[in-house]
Amino acid sequence: MLIMRHELLLIAITVILLIVEIFLPNTQKHKIILPAILLMAAVTVIGFFPGTPGVLFGGMFQSTQLTMMFKNILNIGVLIVFIQSVDWLKQDQNKEKISEFFLLMLATLIGMNYMISSGDFLMFYIGLELATIPVAALAAFERLKEKSAEAGVKLIFSSALSSGILLYGLSMIYGTTGTMYFADVAPLITGVPLQVLAFIFFFAGMAFKISLVPFHLWTADVYEGAPVNVTSYLSVISKGAAVFIFTIILYTVFSKIAVMWSDLIYVVTILTITVGNLFALRQQNLKRFLAFSSIAQAGFILLGVIGQSQLGMTTVIYFVLVYIFSNLGAFGVVGIISNRTGKENINDYDGLYRTNPNLSLVMMLALFSLAGIPPLAGFFGKFFLFTAAAKQGYYILVLIALINTIISLYYYLLVIKAMLLNNSDHPIAKIRSDNYTRLGLLICVAGMVIIGFTSSIYEMVFNLSFGLY
Amino acid sequence: MTTLQSIPIQYYLVFCSLLFSIGVVGVLIKRNALVILMSIELMINSINLLLAAFSAYTNDPAGQIFVFFIMVVAAAEVAIGLAIVVLIYRTTHTIDINVLNKLRW
Repeated sequence: MLIMRHELLLIAITVILLIVEIFLPNTQKHKIILPAILLMAAVTVIGFFPGTPGVLFGGMFQSTQLTMMFKNILNIGVLIVFIQSVDWLKQDQNKEKISEFFLLMLATLIGMNYMISSGDFLMFYIGLELATIPVAALAAFERLKEKSAEAGVKLIFSSALSSGILLYGLSMIYGTTGTMYFADVAPLITGVPLQVLAFIFFFAGMAFKISLVPFHLWTADVYEGAPVNVTSYLSVISKGAAVFIFTIILYTVFSKIAVMWSDLIYVVTILTITVGNLFALRQQNLKRFLAFSSIAQAGFILLGVIGQSQLGMTTVIYFVLVYIFSNLGAFGVVGIISNRTGKENINDYDGLYRTNPNLSLVMMLALFSLAGIPPLAGFFGKFFLFTAAAKQGYYILVLIALINTIISLYYYLLVIKAMLLNNSDHPIAKIRSDNYTRLGLLICVAGMVIIGFTSSIYEMVFNLSFGLY
Repeated sequence: MTTLQSIPIQYYLVFCSLLFSIGVVGVLIKRNALVILMSIELMINSINLLLAAFSAYTNDPAGQIFVFFIMVVAAAEVAIGLAIVVLIYRTTHTIDINVLNKLRW
């Protein structure tokens, strides 16, 4: 099969949707929803057929079983986001912009796929930018709302600044090694001062994209201002792809100075988990709450990165897979309630179980999975991350992470308590969700439960990660 | 040794670092959205110069090709940035980023 299959298919459906879009009059734009979702579902299914690993463009593009696996994970995530967005897209204010939403999302997904497969800093940079720039347009999607436009400005300025910093690091790496290819750069990384400086710049740039503390300040503002579906996309898909390529570059290109970056990541992990959790405690707005919780989750992912091993790589991918389902489940519920009633605060959820038992059950499962309660997938994701870090001897780090898990349990349970136990005189009225929303939430719940019970997925990822450390 | 290489590479490094720092400081302290975009452009141009200098010293064209791609991407970035700034201007009639205070804490 074709080596660039995932990317070519996505480009193909983008072009098809673009052509269909031209012939649709402004009042008929909603007709593009079903074809877009079906095409995306088809691409997702085709992606699972076994493909051949290979190298293209003289090593700039490399496809391995691992990258194909990760692209499939991203495809599933984007499909869920598409399905969940339908309810929001059908609102009057968005009716004329429906096709733009799909096209921009697909553009970022193509960028992420190229970024994941890059074997060269040039391809990596272009993929990264293609994955970042359209998201700013998406964040400002509800352009008549001041909050949305403000989120767009904050996202584009901070991402432009961060990619500038990242590029500065890349230019120094190029200066000291004389090449851009990962494979050629790796043996020439010796830890001379200029390379260490370059690494710091590179790390800072990537930390902006993954929103690690102390580079997280844009996150909460953008997450709150952007439309819910864009926020869920940002917090799950963008972050997952960035973490994946970050891990790959750390393991392959910078493996010789692993001693240096392990110390750096040690500190950043502790900061990220702690600050993310402590700030999540005091949030009232659920989108902001989930933003800080996702900062904390990014810190947990770093636990897997720090142990430079096959186990570490596996746990990172496994956690991202689990995290996609859990976080999209939570955002799906927040999204449908925010779209129908405009309510986004935790207090508004008082007594939700009385009026909307199904939605509150999905929310409960998603939050349990994010917190890491045993039968759900989230528990295994965290458990493997802790194992990976403990195997490398980072016991104190694991202890701090465990304490933080307990703190996080407190604030996740606050939301569940509001939904199930609190009484309210004016609970949110019964919401009749459409079939798309139901399907989207069902996939998330199925993912959380099934991945928790099937160990074969973990073993499959583990076997694919061989040789990448 | 070409004319370009007769200037020591350290000069380029120091010069580009200065330009880059001016750009970063501009992004951080300026309150006007357009000036921030110009500062980002300054950062990116300093990187371009550095890449071109390294490329000339190592006799490897890859760095100069990278510069072209960076220019294209920077243009796209500024285009989206300006579009969103226009959006802000339409609702608030100012491009001072201090008006962006609807989202905080």
